Amino acid sequence: MNFGALIIDPKDNVATAVRPLSAGERLRLSVDGKGVEVTLKEDIAQGHKLALVSIKQGEPVIKYGETIGLATCDILAGEHVHVHNVEGRKGRGDRR
Amino acid sequence: MMFQCYRRGNGTFGVRNHLLVFPTVLCANAVAEKISLAVPGSVYVSHPLGCGHLGADKEHVMRSMAGYCSNPNVGGVLLVGLGCELITPETLAPELSRSGQRFQMVSIQECGGTLKTVEKGRSLASALLEEIGQIRREPAEISRLTMGVKCGGSDTLSGLTANPALGVAADLLVEHGGTVLLSEVPEMLGAEEVLAKRAATPEVRRRIFEITRAMEDSILKMGVDVRGSEPSPGNIAGGLTTLEEKSLGAILKGGTTPIVEVVPYGARPEKKGLAIMDGPALDAVVLSGFSSAGAQVMVFTTGRGSPLGSAIAPVVKVATNSQIYARMPDNIDINAGTIVEGTETLREKGRQILEEVLAAASGKETASEKLGHREFAIHTLGPTL
Repeated sequence: MNFGALIIDPKDNVATAVRPLSAGERLRLSVDGKGVEVTLKEDIAQGHKLALVSIKQGEPVIKYGETIGLATCDILAGEHVHVHNVEGRKGRGDRR
Repeated sequence: MMFQCYRRGNGTFGVRNHLLVFPTVLCANAVAEKISLAVPGSVYVSHPLGCGHLGADKEHVMRSMAGYCSNPNVGGVLLVGLGCELITPETLAPELSRSGQRFQMVSIQECGGTLKTVEKGRSLASALLEEIGQIRREPAEISRLTMGVKCGGSDTLSGLTANPALGVAADLLVEHGGTVLLSEVPEMLGAEEVLAKRAATPEVRRRIFEITRAMEDSILKMGVDVRGSEPSPGNIAGGLTTLEEKSLGAILKGGTTPIVEVVPYGARPEKKGLAIMDGPALDAVVLSGFSSAGAQVMVFTTGRGSPLGSAIAPVVKVATNSQIYARMPDNIDINAGTIVEGTETLREKGRQILEEVLAAASGKETASEKLGHREFAIHTLGPTL
């Protein structure tokens, strides 16, 4: 059994790839018995995150049911979510 | 549940019976090493500390050294000093006596050089080794165990597989009356509220915010984005995007029980249950601090693959993914990657980790012990003069 990606908390707007995923793949995921479907817009390496829904610039990126950072640009469902489009809010000595 | 331990005179329970040759200052590192190599069966560590510490930093380093030397896994200690340093064997002696530890001391300047010190040290260490060789294992309740939990070389699967599985093991140990130590304060930033909700008392809650705020202030003072250091380049390559994400995955290894206490780096908790130890996230510094705080066994989850171990304690390594388990088989004890493959559940893996901890506590060598890993580093607070 290999479902491709894992959603940890129902509030999450990202999932984590548990194997390498390819652009165009359609994933059928579930969290707490609720189904979520997403088609990948790009390749996602194992352990990396994909957006489950569209996330607007400035909106929180949510994993473990908690905010892990803010989107620095609009992110479409199925896109790779990582350091190129998310910034943390902790430890930002450069913003002082 | 029981394990086979070495019962110490001071009421603690060791899972190893090491003779430790410990330099109190960096100037004694080579002599300590030579003594230990001349006494097969002994262990030694090296470090860059012991002189030039100031005020609170001096107390902090002394407490950490004395705590390490009086860890229950250490049956006896030979302290090796130079003579003119700040932290001499004699300055650590009162604390070791108070903890009931068996020890001897030797100093290079007093003995008259390297060769004479090695000769005297060899003779003292051999006698100590013979003495502690008489101690036999006996059964003890699992509640006597203190387990340090650590993650290093993390990837995004750390928070999905090995860390929550270790959390299951931590919950089981606490349920059976044992103690769990969670540390790595940088990896609590972004997860403070989650931890604070589990504080057993308002004082513990206040301390959680106090240590996380102090850590964040020290990071902000550097004037840069923490990313690149935390998460590290390897973490980012593995898919971890922000410190908050790393933290939320990291704290899972402590389980879900109430946080009963917050202790300074290297200080022993007074209560049973889950305690937080203040301090940084650097792997060897955390493992050594857990030993100073009295942990007899540690579990270390890794996604990118870490070889680290301890001179005095079993460190059980848990892989977060099957690839690293296959690629570094000599370094890793347990594979938790099976959880995302759907062949094992978190609960099953958590039980397996606790069983492995009990086996290691009763004498089974872990991968890092077989390979002779004995990394050692103590956290410092101030400038070294």
